[in-house]
Parts: sequence; C-alpha cells; structure tokens
Amino acid sequence: MKIRFHFIPCLAMLALLASCEKDNFTEPKSTLSGRIVYNGEPIGVEYNQVRLQLWQPGFGKLAAIDAQVDQSGAYSAMLFNGNYKLVFPKGRGPFKTLEKDAAAKDTLFVTLEGDKQVDVEVRPYYMIRTPQFAGAENKVTATLKLEKIITGAEAKDIERLSLFINKTQLVSRATNVSVTDIAGADIKNLNAITLQTEIPTLVPTQKYVFARVGVKIKDVEDMIFSPVQKVEF
Amino acid sequence: MKKIFYIPVFVLLLLSWGCNDDEFLNRPPTNILTEEQVWGDEGQVLSLLGNLYNRYVDLGNFRDFQRQWNLDPLTGWTRVADFNEAFWSESGRYNQFQNSGWDLNTWSIWDYGYIREMNLFIQKCEAAEKLSPAAKERFLAEARFLRASYYFELVKRMGGVPLILEPMTYDFSGDPTYLQHARAKESEIYDFVIKEAGEIKAKLPANAGEKSRATQAAALAMQARAALYAGSLAKYGVNTPSVSLPGGEVGIPANLATGYYTKALEAAKEIINGSVGAYALYTKKPDLSENFSSIFYDKANNPEAIFVDDYKLQSGKVHYFTGSNQPRYGAEEEEGGRINPSLNFVEAFEKLDNTFARIPTTNASGAPIYYTNQTDIFEGRDARLAGTVMLPGTTFKGRAVDIWAGFQLGNGSIVSGDDRGAQKTLPGKTVPEQVVGFDGPIDGFEFTAQTGFYLRKYLDPVVGSGQRGVNSEVWFIRYRYAEVLLNAAEAAFELKQPAVAAGYMNQVRARAGLTKPLVAGDITFDRIAHERRVELAFEGHYHYDIQRWRIAHIVMDGNAITAADLSKDLGKATKRNTQPWALWPYKVYEPGSPNNGKWIYKTVKLSRVTGADRFQLGNYYSLITDEVVNNNPKIVRNPNH
Repeated sequence: MKIRFHFIPCLAMLALLASCEKDNFTEPKSTLSGRIVYNGEPIGVEYNQVRLQLWQPGFGKLAAIDAQVDQSGAYSAMLFNGNYKLVFPKGRGPFKTLEKDAAAKDTLFVTLEGDKQVDVEVRPYYMIRTPQFAGAENKVTATLKLEKIITGAEAKDIERLSLFINKTQLVSRATNVSVTDIAGADIKNLNAITLQTEIPTLVPTQKYVFARVGVKIKDVEDMIFSPVQKVEF
Repeated sequence: MKKIFYIPVFVLLLLSWGCNDDEFLNRPPTNILTEEQVWGDEGQVLSLLGNLYNRYVDLGNFRDFQRQWNLDPLTGWTRVADFNEAFWSESGRYNQFQNSGWDLNTWSIWDYGYIREMNLFIQKCEAAEKLSPAAKERFLAEARFLRASYYFELVKRMGGVPLILEPMTYDFSGDPTYLQHARAKESEIYDFVIKEAGEIKAKLPANAGEKSRATQAAALAMQARAALYAGSLAKYGVNTPSVSLPGGEVGIPANLATGYYTKALEAAKEIINGSVGAYALYTKKPDLSENFSSIFYDKANNPEAIFVDDYKLQSGKVHYFTGSNQPRYGAEEEEGGRINPSLNFVEAFEKLDNTFARIPTTNASGAPIYYTNQTDIFEGRDARLAGTVMLPGTTFKGRAVDIWAGFQLGNGSIVSGDDRGAQKTLPGKTVPEQVVGFDGPIDGFEFTAQTGFYLRKYLDPVVGSGQRGVNSEVWFIRYRYAEVLLNAAEAAFELKQPAVAAGYMNQVRARAGLTKPLVAGDITFDRIAHERRVELAFEGHYHYDIQRWRIAHIVMDGNAITAADLSKDLGKATKRNTQPWALWPYKVYEPGSPNNGKWIYKTVKLSRVTGADRFQLGNYYSLITDEVVNNNPKIVRNPNH
C-alpha cells in the first residue's frame, strides 16, 4: 500500500514532465509589420475593416492569416520564420494595388527571418492633404484639400466627405458621436473644403474630442481617412 | 423455491429445441431495410422522400438550422426577425444590436451531402421497377423539385455553385480531380431552377388541398420567384459593380433582365388564372386584422397557402415559435416576447388613404397628443399592422397584453418600476399600485415588450401552444398566393406595365383594408418594395429583397438613426434601418385635469442598442470557406472576401 502511494504520483509527474518538451511548439517570434503607403505616406483607414492576407505555402491545406490594418494604416503579425505571400482580398481597401508583372500580379513575397518591416505601396483614389481641425464652442471645424490620385479611366468620383468626432481615439462610421456629410457633387473646389459638425452633450463631460475626416468613394466600400486628431474646445 | 427456478429453464430449453439453426441465422435484420425492400414499396419511398422534405432550407424558419464547417447553428426564430425589423428581447442576443454588422459567413450553406442524397434518390427511383409508373413519376418530380429548391437557396446565399446532378463516387485511385467541379455562373443556376420547375410541373398534381408536398402551383411559384430574383439581380446588379466576378459566378448581365421578368410574370399568371388549382387570397373573417393573422395559423381549407413546412402535434414534428415569442404576461411558460417589432417597422404601415405618416406622438408644435384608448394612436392604418404586430391594448388568446411604461405626472416627471408590474405609491395616494405593465416595457429586461410591441404573425392562438411540453403545429408558409401576386406585380412593373402591376397589388391591398385602389401612375419601385415589406414581413423575404435590389448596403450603411431620421422618408425603400427604435405608452396621472387617465406615447432608443448595422459589400454573397477552396482549387472566392 505504501509503495503504491509514492509510486503513482511519481510516475504521473514523470509522464507530465516528459511530455512538456515533446508536445509544445515554440511560439512564433518574428514580427512582420509595416504600413499601407502611397509614395511613403501612410493611408488612414477604418479600424478593423481593411485586412491583409498572409499565406504561407508549403504546408498542405491553406488558410489565410488575417492581419488587420489599424487606423493609421499600420499592420503587424507575429509569425514563424518562413516564406509568406502578402495580398489584399479582392475589392478591399480604398485603393488600387500595384501590379508588378503578370505572374506575381499584386502579391508581395516576403521571406521572414526575424523581425521585418514591409511597407505595402498602393495607389489610393484620393489623398487627404493638410487636414486642419479647430474646436470652438460646441463645434469642430475641419479644413482640408483633396488630391485626386487615380485619374483617367480608372478614376472614381467622391460619393461623400464626412467629418466624424468621437470621445475616444477610435473614430469611424461605427463609432462616433457626431458626423457631418457633404455629398461629393457639392464639392466644387477640391483645394478648399470646409466641414463643420456640432458636438453633442458628452457624458461624462470632457473638453476635447477626437476628429478625423473620411472620404467615401463611389463603388468602393472602405473609406480613406485623415489621421486622428485631438481637438480641444 | 427450486421449482420457480426450474420451470422457466425447462420452458426455455423446450423453446430452443424447436429452433431450426439455419433459419435462425438467416433472419432478416429488424433495424435496417434493404434497397430492394425500400424501392419495392411506395410507402417506404415516400418516407425516404419525407426525410428529404424535412431538410429543405429556407431563409426564415421555425427550426434551428445546423450548418457545415462547424459554423454556429442559425436559430430559427431570429432569422425571421433580422435586419432591425425587430429587437430581440433576450439578454443573450443584445450583442446583435451592439455590433456593427455581420460576419461574411453569417448565411453560408454548402450541403453537398444533401444534394448527393437527392441525386441518389433520383438515380435509384429511375431504376426501380416495382413502383407503379404514376407513383414513380411523381416521386421523381418531387425529388427534382427539392433539388432545385436547394440550388435556389444556395445561389441566393453563395452565388453560382457547382451544379452536380449525378451522385458522384470516389474511385480510390488517389486522384480526386475528376470530382472537382468549377462554380457555374449565377445565371446558370437560376436557369436550372427555372428549367426544372417547367419540366416537372406537368408531373405533379394540381391540387390546392395538397400543401406540404410539391404541387404544380408550388413548382410555378418557385419558378416565378426564381425568375423574378434573377431579373432583379440583372437589373440592379449594375449599382454595385464591385459585387461581381469576371467569370459570372456572381453577377448577371443586365441584358437578361427582361427575359427573366417576362418568365416570372408568365409563371405567376398561370397560378393566378387558376389553371393549377383554386388558390385565392384568404378572406374568411370579417375583421381584417384578425383575417390577416389567421392566414398563418388556419390550416383548414386555407386557399392562400401553396407550399408549406407542416407541423403536427404529438408527432414529434412541432416547434416552439409561439413559446419563444408569446406575450409573457399570463403565458403558459415564464418566457416569450423575444421578437419585439421595431417602431421603424410599425411606422412603415400606410394610412388608409395610401399616404405615409409617422405614428403621431406629438402635434405640430411638439406637445404630446393625449389618447383616450391605448390603441387610438394606431387608428386608421393598414389592417396588416395589427395582424402582424401585437399592439399595446390588444389581446392574445383572449387576454389583454399589458404594455405601458409608467405614469406621467403633471410636472413632467415619470413614475415607473424596474420589474414587471412593479408597485409604487403615486403622490397624493396612500396605497401602492401598479406603475408599469406586466409585459413591460422595461429597458434591458428580457422577454418584455422592450420596443412596446410583440409579434403576432405566426403565433398560435391554440391553448397549450406556448407550453414546452406541447408546442405548436402552426405551419411555416414557404409560398403563398399573396406573394405570387406581388411577384407578378413587381415583374409587370419592371416590364413597364404599371397598370397590370397596380391591378395585382390592389388585390392584396384591398384585403388589408386599403380601399382606395392604386392607379398605374402610383406604381414606383418604392411602392413595390414597401408592399413586400409589410405584406411579407417576418416570413424571411425582407433579407433577400434588399439584397437582390442591391440596396442593403444603403439601408444599412452603419450610421445610427436619430429621432429626426425616423420620421422622414417613410415608404422609401432606401430609408436607413440600422437600429430598432421603441414606442413607449405612458398613462397620464394628473388628478383634476381632463387628461387624467389618458395615454401619451414617447419614442425611445433602447439603451441596449448601441451599434449600428452596416451591410458590407462582402455580405451580398456569403463566404466559401478555405476548406472548400483547398479541396477544390477550381472554386473561386466570392468578391470582397
């Protein structure tokens, strides 16, 4: 009886210890990060709406690793070392991807050996230039210029321009306390645009909001955004 | 004692001695039927077919629906009340109103196992020799009807899918490529459904009394619906150019629209002119609202139902829709009230003079309007409103629903409670009394009428229907005559025959109490969309209607609804519908004032509704998982996925 009492837990302990080494993978350690850029300038998008897909061929069945793009246009993923393909799902993002050649199309090939920065160059339909925000008594005013990047046959019109404000740094269509829209047809001069939105009563009271301007492009789902800015009033 | 033991042993011995060993080992199994036994007996074939019928897939349903790929099952009752036409008064489901949209796989289906079994049925039935030719022909036509129905459901949700019409078998050669089929074009699947319906029609019985098995009218109704859907996809697909694939797996060329609409109108007319059975609008009861709600539970000689998912008490095939959604006060179980139709939906019902107006809570200067009776505020509206929605002040199963949010005092303050039927002492009184209805509305309190309304459509008024042990045998109507009329009206409108469209719509509208007929000039796209929304509400149509008209991403654009938004653009198909709103009745307590005891109403945004839905372009066609794409490299992904 006494022997069994010691023997069984010891055996169990041994079995557990032995299995630790064998059963567990090391966690992925390399970070792949970067931004979505146009000529080196990051493109702001909506939080958790645009995503990059990472594919790692060579392991049988394929499933994409989704890397969400955050508000400032940055993405990151913690990965194992190896060869990856980076691609945007068809139709996502307020931009056109660059086609390198007929074989690779718009896929980026990345070899990961340790941390790596990869900026993804794209062609946005529009860029928001010099956005300025000013807070006043119960209102936020934004002035900006829009530059039309893609012209010619592929060009798309602006559906509307929106000024969003929110209590926190997450500012988007889904999370805002107030929004003002201008229809694309009402924008006469792309170089001098002013938008104004009222600040509703904030609970609890705070003397600042976060604001950003978004451009909705016709027939494109995702919007282009300016950087988020804190506005005091 | 010993005797008791020996006697049975002796009897056993005697019995076993009587056995012939060879025969004993050759007894047929009692728990399994052989192919020969099945295909030699019409009753057995019918029960096989019954299994296939039971696996029919709808967008709206009473039963929970299990899905492949380890996706969450779709809860039956939630599907009928999706898209903010109702708020779900159940704490586990508030998250549906706190997020901003739907996953890309929310409506995915891909049950090729079901298709294979239907193909096997068809193959074996064709080979069966012992069945009488008439029975065989009908069985085959029914199986083809079910197969076409499932392809129709697949194409609605996934776009063009591989069209497999043979039971495929793997030959274990190590090379499965011959089993891999590419996706057909979206239009090809619709063409297949339309063609099948046309071919099987003559082989099915023309019998208006047959509801749960396929009939000629069911085939025609499916044909009309499929052709109409394909037509609208062709016509309105141009509004979302990015929702298409170069190979046509998603998207139908615009030049096919007229052909599809013509086909839809033809098929619908064939039902309407009565050549396939005596179908008509249900008009048995004098009270128009009661008449409308009776369509859905009156199973005796109902001329309106064409094809249904039937249920029967004490047979094992029953559903708990009534129990899930009955008014909770005095209900047969301590639950119910999960579907609360939203104010947005209630306001969509017209006034009897064919105009749209908001529910009048305040007058032009903003002062509240006082009503003597609780139901007065809904006076003079389309009778379908009270037939679809349980309004405050009405009854169910002979019992009044007790929906009121509290007392409004003369100084503007409100006395209310946070439990059903809570009691408080009003100022100037000494005895506590009830200050809130037993059915709520109490914000965030599940199973009460949080929006101020309960659902009436499809609720079973039979005693016991709301009991867990009994359940309900109300059928789910998949095709009904009113939808055929509206399909015909829409097709006629799109074919530039507004007078014909008006004629069909007026039949449906007259039954709803709208006495002033529409004329050709009144028929617009918004009118068509509105009529379908109110007539076919909570039957699983709204979902696909806004999708095929390519307006879902406009109706649900992710912007919150303000009180001002709520009352403008009523009756417009693209009116924003991202959040459900509520309408709460209050009783006025102002002793000495003429308003004492009257009712006022307030529009309320429920605190549990914090998100605003956005229908993404990627939601137009559901996700085909990586699993399928890996196994079959010929499958192309849907756009925006």
